[in-house]
Amino acid sequence: MSTETAAPAVPMVNVQIDGVWLQFPKGTRVIEACGQAQKFIPRYCYHPKLSSPGNCRMCMVEMGMPKMTPDRKPVLGADGKPEIAWIPRPQISCAQDVAEGMGIRTGSPMVEEARKGVLEFLLINHPLDCPICDQAGECRLQEFSVEFGQGESRFLDEKVKKPKNVELGPRITLDAERCILCTRCIRFMKEVANDDVLGIVERGSFNSIACHPDRILDNNYSLNTVDICPVGALTSNDFRFKMRVWFLKETKTIDVNCGTGANIIIGSRENTIYRITPRENNDVNGVWLPDSHRLNFKYVADERRLTKPTVKGQPVDWRTATAIAAEILKAHTAEQLWLVASGRQTNEELFLTSRLIDALEIEKQHDILPRTGEADGLLIAADRNPNTTGAKLIGLCTSKPGSRLKKLVEGVRSGAIKTVITLGEDLTKCGLTADDLKKLDAIIALDILPNQTTPHATVLLPASAWVEKRGSMINVKGRLQRLNRAVAAPGEAHDDWEILRDLIAAVSGSNGLAVIEDVFKAMAADHSEFAGLSLSKIGDLGLPVVTEKTPEPEPAAAN
Amino acid sequence: MAYVVPRPNLTWKEKIYLPSIVAGMAITFKHLKRMIKGETHVVMQYPEEKWDKSMPDHYRGAPTLVTDEHGRERCVACQLCEFICPPRAITIKPEEIPADNKFAKVEKRPKEFEIDMIRCIYCGLCEEVCPEQAIFLRKDYAITGITRAEMVHDKAKLYELGGVFTGLVNKWNPKK
Amino acid sequence: MDFLTSSDFWFLSLTSLAKTIFLIFLVVLPMVSYTVYAERRVSALIQDRVGPNRTGFPTSLIPGFTKDFSPFLGGLGQPVADAVKFLLKEDFVPGHVNKLYFWLAPCLAMMPAIVTLAAIPFGSEFLGVKMVVADINVGLLFMFAISSVSVYGIVLAGWSSNSKYPFLGGIRSTSQMISYELCMGLSAVPVLLVCGSTGLSSIVNYQVREGWLLAPFTNGGLSFREIALWVPIIIAFITFTISMFAETNRLPFDLPESETELVAGYHTEYSSMKFALFFLGEYTAMIAGSALIVVLFLGGWHLPFIPDGAGQGGLNFLHAIPSWIWGLVNITAFFAKVAVLLLVFIWIRWTLPRFRYDQLMKLGWLYLFEIALVNIFLTAGILAFTK
Repeated sequence: MSTETAAPAVPMVNVQIDGVWLQFPKGTRVIEACGQAQKFIPRYCYHPKLSSPGNCRMCMVEMGMPKMTPDRKPVLGADGKPEIAWIPRPQISCAQDVAEGMGIRTGSPMVEEARKGVLEFLLINHPLDCPICDQAGECRLQEFSVEFGQGESRFLDEKVKKPKNVELGPRITLDAERCILCTRCIRFMKEVANDDVLGIVERGSFNSIACHPDRILDNNYSLNTVDICPVGALTSNDFRFKMRVWFLKETKTIDVNCGTGANIIIGSRENTIYRITPRENNDVNGVWLPDSHRLNFKYVADERRLTKPTVKGQPVDWRTATAIAAEILKAHTAEQLWLVASGRQTNEELFLTSRLIDALEIEKQHDILPRTGEADGLLIAADRNPNTTGAKLIGLCTSKPGSRLKKLVEGVRSGAIKTVITLGEDLTKCGLTADDLKKLDAIIALDILPNQTTPHATVLLPASAWVEKRGSMINVKGRLQRLNRAVAAPGEAHDDWEILRDLIAAVSGSNGLAVIEDVFKAMAADHSEFAGLSLSKIGDLGLPVVTEKTPEPEPAAAN
Repeated sequence: MAYVVPRPNLTWKEKIYLPSIVAGMAITFKHLKRMIKGETHVVMQYPEEKWDKSMPDHYRGAPTLVTDEHGRERCVACQLCEFICPPRAITIKPEEIPADNKFAKVEKRPKEFEIDMIRCIYCGLCEEVCPEQAIFLRKDYAITGITRAEMVHDKAKLYELGGVFTGLVNKWNPKK
Repeated sequence: MDFLTSSDFWFLSLTSLAKTIFLIFLVVLPMVSYTVYAERRVSALIQDRVGPNRTGFPTSLIPGFTKDFSPFLGGLGQPVADAVKFLLKEDFVPGHVNKLYFWLAPCLAMMPAIVTLAAIPFGSEFLGVKMVVADINVGLLFMFAISSVSVYGIVLAGWSSNSKYPFLGGIRSTSQMISYELCMGLSAVPVLLVCGSTGLSSIVNYQVREGWLLAPFTNGGLSFREIALWVPIIIAFITFTISMFAETNRLPFDLPESETELVAGYHTEYSSMKFALFFLGEYTAMIAGSALIVVLFLGGWHLPFIPDGAGQGGLNFLHAIPSWIWGLVNITAFFAKVAVLLLVFIWIRWTLPRFRYDQLMKLGWLYLFEIALVNIFLTAGILAFTK
């Protein structure tokens, strides 16, 4: 996960791939070198983030080293390049580094023959239940069989029966018949998750993946084994038999469950999210994702979602709700108002919140609600708000988020504060009790689901969840990343930034913001960190914008 | 390159057209006469005359689901027909077969299987794509209904139309 | 004032009203609907199909009946069903049209066709009343004058629809109808020369006396004059008939509404009863045109070889038949001739393909117009030399 690769001192070596001489840094795997030369090598056990046991034999290529004269000088051919002495048997390309003068053939008849043979062996005991298997459509065995296989079976005997439908853990089901014993899952648990619970038992063609008898596969990273499994042997209980993968619309976005901002792909079909998988970003999460984050999307489709703006519990239209909210805000002095923003808001929403604060002339009467947990040392950050850095940058909180919330509680109890605006946060978690909330003149709340505060809200505005909106966030390492819309918001719920814009317009007149790109532009004009950027320029992998290490937020007293 | 079609040189008789108009009218009158005398028979009078008995085996009528000789639903909800269906008439919701079911080893079956017969174009691609030989276009062609909801065939209706189909796929049968 | 209180006035008013009602509601409108039916049936038979053959009366809707009642020929209820459908369909006016002219156009398409019928003598005498609504001595000119108004219906429909296909249809029909009106008028001149009158009743009476213009032998013999006049009359008949096809927008001259190019031409945007008025207008114009051909060339209401009631040529027993029966026979003869012509209209429609637009214009201006013009001089010459 290092980004500092300034002018590598690594020497380059000359390699001939399919007759073309190319240069690669020393230490490059042959399989990677071929990939860079646009010659794809099929592979099962090889995974760039794991060790290479070389046990699947799928990545075989023809290899050769330069012919040497007796005085160890390469023999040069008619073209001035070294002549290559080919090794008579195919070699695996995943466990070998490139070397000077090496020759590789990726499509020779011997290689094709070898691949056909390997695939025929792999399919001998495979159940061929693709219509049932969840992996169908993204199965490497299917893909390589079509591309490199021979298309028919010569196997006449009974197939070996192995355990099916085995619950390896609470989230994983194993079908050992489909398994091709690539051991990716075993190596992942051992090398990445540091939880060595998987292994191979039995012998010969009865080889099978199994969990340690006293353990279950319940690690918080266990679902990554499903992602890296090239076939349908390991399947996610959550996604099992729910939807075929070819129907899923893939939306590139980021995870919002903690400050890491892991890059993910949301698989959705017809406004329903079916699964979330990690997306490769070596500066953030590599190719992994914790199970707790990956499965935390069900609440988005909750039937209790707020779908209509309400005033004192009565459904009204948006125009009325915004007008009433603005009236309430204008009827109070700035000292009587308090605004609770959220570390879950996007930069654009935070920026519009700061504009709202300016319009209402609120000074220092605002903060965000901090959320902290324990960092697991891998991908889960201690800060469970995805955009604390952004909130600090835009000025919604001090360098210690939540430090002003004490004053909110004091102000409400003394009666100095009459009205509270909360943008997606539950006020009871900010230290206030339900009785305190009853004392207030008005609460203007913006949220997606009912919580302890919403029954007390004077004006309740239904907003969009993180999978339903576009915007940007800055993770704990100061990397600006982009959220994308995977599904549409339910009912009449609006985008948060639109609600804030309309509210500002109702309080202080129109502001000319029509699309979210305008908001980003205005934000870039106010904050130099975003200068010269736009939502499209951020790109799928994000950009570092804040370089200094931001201190971890301290746990709030109220939590 | 432009290609100029040579125009035929018409005679004086052809140029005044009237003889050829009369000839044309003679042709149409001949058809009229033959039709009136009942010598031409090309149209089938539908509700009275039907070709049910002579309908060919390859006739593509309503798509249906079939069970095998053991009463197992052949469909395993792979959703390939849903994918291939050009007018998107098919909607499938898969489910896992409970462990106490006698066909539990098949693992998967459709929970809901709906074909919107208003959308269906009877192309037969679903039958062609089915890896389990579970969907067949049968000879029912008079699919009518009073409401739109009535025209959506659900799983029960599809099995009722499809009936039992024997042979072709034996992989789920008990080994002898 | 005397005239208004005289019994003549009341007699004329009442009989005219009765004739109008009889002609429009008992003859022309049923004839139009059954012409449409005939069109569909005949076209089907010509194309080896069956056509509408099953529309009956839905008596099964009445409790106690289990079967629908269909007359033995089948499909004769079709025009009734069509009419009911036209009346019950939504009368939709698109938002982009010019409302006033959009409403006016169907009326203008229907009215001239009906008004032209006023001058047609459709029978001899019935109970002492002349069987023509308005026996005016410039009948033919009246007909030409009124029928040329019908182009406004089509032009207004095309223009007010504010849509490209109706517009193109409107333009086409304007030039087409104006071009062929000339030629139609000129084709009728030889008839006027021969008969010496523009009154349609006089023309019919001339033919009753001297034999049909197209078949001068119907009064018994053929003189040299009649044989000599036969040539220009046949030419006049052909050019007149062709022009009549073009004037009524019938195939092969249906360019204003050619489906393959213009969707439905000038009435693309029309629906329901407004569309039906165009339809009625078109078929009424067809009937009026056929009636005019019958009057001018085919002896009007005259039944050949059996003169109206006057027992001649040894058929004295005909005297015994009351004269009102002869009146009815003549009316029947007239409409029978019209019906035969209508069938010919239909027959030609399903035989010939549509003209291309330039061919249409060329035919009208370069051939028919000249032929009709020369024909006048030919007729005049023959008349002068055979006096």
